[in-house]
Amino acid sequence: MEPMKPKEPILEIRGVNKFFPGIKALDGVHLTIRAGEVHALIGENGAGKSTLVKILTGVYFPTSGEILLDGEPTEFKDALDAQSAGIAAIHQEASMFPDLSVTENIFMGHHLIHPVTKRIDWKSMKRHTRELLKRMELDISGDTLVKNLGVAQRHMVEIAKALSLDARVVIMDEPTSALTLREVEDLYKIVRQLKREGKAIIFISHKFDEIFEICDYYTVLRDGKYIGEGRVADSSVDTIIRMMVGRSLDQMFPKSDSLFGEVVLSVHHLSQTGFFRDVSFALRKGEILGFFGLIGAGRSEVMRTIFGIDRASHGYIELKGNKVSITNPRSAMKHGIAFVPEDRQNQGIILQMSITRNITLPQIHDIAKASVLNSSLENRIAREAGEQMEIKAAGYHVDADTLSGGNQQKVVLAKWLATHPEILILDEPTKGIDVATKAAVHEFVSSMASRGLAVILVSSELPEVMGMSDRIIVMHEGRITAQIEAKDGDTDEIMKAATGHEEEAV
Amino acid sequence: MTSAKSPLMGSGRLIDENSFKERMIVLFTKWETLLALLFVLEIVVFSNITPYFLDYFNLMNASFTFMEKAVMALPMIFVIMSGDIDISIASIIALVSFAMGYAAESGVDTAGLILIGLSVGTLAGMFNGFFITKLGMPAIAVTLATQSLFRGISQAVLEDHAYTTYPESFAFFGQGYVGDSLIPFELVLFLALAVIMGFILHKTTYGRQLYAIGNSKSAARFAGIYVDRVRFINFTLNGLFCGIAAILLTSRIGSTRPNIALNWDIETITLVVLGGVSIMGGRGTVPGVTVAIFLLGYLKFGMGLLNISAKIMIITTGVLLIIAVLLPNFLDLIKAKRKLRLQQVRQN
Ligand SMILES: Nc1ncnc2c1ncn2[C@@H]1O[C@H](COP(=O)(O)OP(=O)(O)OP(=O)(O)O)[C@@H](O)[C@H]1O
Ligand SMILES: [Mg+2]
Repeated sequence: MEPMKPKEPILEIRGVNKFFPGIKALDGVHLTIRAGEVHALIGENGAGKSTLVKILTGVYFPTSGEILLDGEPTEFKDALDAQSAGIAAIHQEASMFPDLSVTENIFMGHHLIHPVTKRIDWKSMKRHTRELLKRMELDISGDTLVKNLGVAQRHMVEIAKALSLDARVVIMDEPTSALTLREVEDLYKIVRQLKREGKAIIFISHKFDEIFEICDYYTVLRDGKYIGEGRVADSSVDTIIRMMVGRSLDQMFPKSDSLFGEVVLSVHHLSQTGFFRDVSFALRKGEILGFFGLIGAGRSEVMRTIFGIDRASHGYIELKGNKVSITNPRSAMKHGIAFVPEDRQNQGIILQMSITRNITLPQIHDIAKASVLNSSLENRIAREAGEQMEIKAAGYHVDADTLSGGNQQKVVLAKWLATHPEILILDEPTKGIDVATKAAVHEFVSSMASRGLAVILVSSELPEVMGMSDRIIVMHEGRITAQIEAKDGDTDEIMKAATGHEEEAV
Repeated sequence: MTSAKSPLMGSGRLIDENSFKERMIVLFTKWETLLALLFVLEIVVFSNITPYFLDYFNLMNASFTFMEKAVMALPMIFVIMSGDIDISIASIIALVSFAMGYAAESGVDTAGLILIGLSVGTLAGMFNGFFITKLGMPAIAVTLATQSLFRGISQAVLEDHAYTTYPESFAFFGQGYVGDSLIPFELVLFLALAVIMGFILHKTTYGRQLYAIGNSKSAARFAGIYVDRVRFINFTLNGLFCGIAAILLTSRIGSTRPNIALNWDIETITLVVLGGVSIMGGRGTVPGVTVAIFLLGYLKFGMGLLNISAKIMIITTGVLLIIAVLLPNFLDLIKAKRKLRLQQVRQN
């Protein structure tokens, strides 16, 4: 590294305020971005990070405050304005067109025009897409429709789109929350390359290992206020957490040793053509069973089948020793199963409904007498569940789309916990949740387990799976490749089973 | 870490939302409120131009002309709310009216005609629902096909003939008044049905499921809602209500021709959208649509009194419709801008 001579900032934010109905999302925020630096933006759920990103990309207009670009005061009237000023962003919530191809999505809003014919230049757009995908080591075709991609692949395409703009400032709002280890490594490579090219990068993440791995500088926000900044190399996780939450935090995974009861769920030779094959396992009362694997390992598909969303082509499921046929989510719920799905935006939450209505949706039939909803009971159930998860919002009546990403995830968790399940299936439950809440969620799940809840935890975060689970099942390409007792779990062994290779352990 | 007011609220960053002024702004930026104001304005304007408008007898009788469509609009709220569409409803009317006319011709009594009307309508709705939910075909395609099919049956048999013999007591439904009053039976029936449908939409689990489905079919499914069953019921209800509307209409005009209720599908959808139901699904209310029904109905009546041509009427409807579709976005914008200014003032 060069000696620490501060470069001239490319982008500077001074005293920016942003108010929404009922809430101050940003309250006098400063931020200074320099070329060739990766700048971490850190803060709890609802701290205002995404709002800041949206202001920098012209999605929102600040209530007051200044944005300086190369020292000049600037205003972004709309997204295109920011884009032409050289700012590109990968937003937290995917904003793609599912029925269009990867190429069309990447070049949406900045189609290439053929210099001679003045027509849309498909040929070079396709070539560029191929190059981008190759650079990101993504094994998909530019002609694939986005709706046929998995969540992680979609996110990678979103990143490709930002790269295609060749911007000076690249903003990544929780880019890794939907990625697994391998893609995260690829992303690091891309970020380092952008840095070498002298671009400025704003990187938002709740994961400290990522921040310490690739960020140079950080700024911390709390409750919409600027708290402080510093060099990552000069700081510790502890200092940053204290700035974030106002106190220090025990980041340990709270695994309480519990005694397991009877087997509540056993899965026998479950298969689904094209997705997974011959999956068998048993889950006991009070147990947390971790599922680890890479993208496409088939974990989510197994869970969807257990919850009755997809049908198995072979095999069967037993609940407390009785063979059952679960053909839809409602019958799964009647058997005491709850499922927090991976795709929050499409499967977990209804953005145009209030927090209360989202939380009570799975149990509307229980809060109604002769089909008539009991709204005071409904409000009480929602409030209790929501408070357990510490949802931060202007009120329970506001629509879910005004919540920060992490708070939306808390709504989904609250929604399923409120059903008082016997078997809880969590698919990437702490995606986008800040450290403090994550610890709270872990503690909560553990304590529920010690009171007899059976939990399946699907996660691509190895520390989470290892820290939380009693037993870990590793899947690779649709098959179970290892079952490991967590206490003698070993990272290398798990990674080997997950990648299916002897030599390749990341 | 949490504020005293409520533990969920972000610590001390909340702006007071509950002032009288704020609540008034919320109220007056609602589409339903604007429709109601527009309705009042309409009454004031017309009664100032012509003395015949604000006349109890006239107002009551004018309602005959739009009550059948009003009945058809009610279940259409459910269909559109859950993201579907049904453009076969006018043809269901033709089919039902045809079936009743045929039966009346062969001597079936009033009770029998009612039974036939309701069941043929319901079956037609179920027919739509079956293809849409069980076979997974798009609602617009299925109902486009049945639009031709249902009316086609009537056309093929009747050609340019008409059924005109109905039992005497059958005339009550479309022409009768309640007791000795001047209130048409059609009007009372519609209001009763509107109250029931409004209750279902706004107070029951069924209505809640409609909102959920209209906003996100997949999230609704993951929450354990039988999405296709609800949609099937919607189309069935649509058929049943068309059966009711067909009874009223046939009884009122006393005849069945193949072109009966032509274009009423589009007119009904217009009422629903004008009433504030989002054509994308997930948004809307029964009171909103009810006000829209009376607004348009009496607009037509008032313009008729003034001898304004039907073409102007069509243009007016078109303009209102565009406003109805655009306004929600526009209102959001105004709300946001106002809020911003308000907060900036407070800030300084
Ligand atoms: N469109 C909106 N309308 C009203 N309130 C909003 C809107 N967008 C954001 N907010 C509020 O602003 C605050 C900041 O939200 P923001 O999305 O910036 O948080 P964040 O730091 O990105 O959190 P997370 O880590 O959970 O993604 C939250 O309290 C949120 O509820
Ligand atoms: Mg965010």
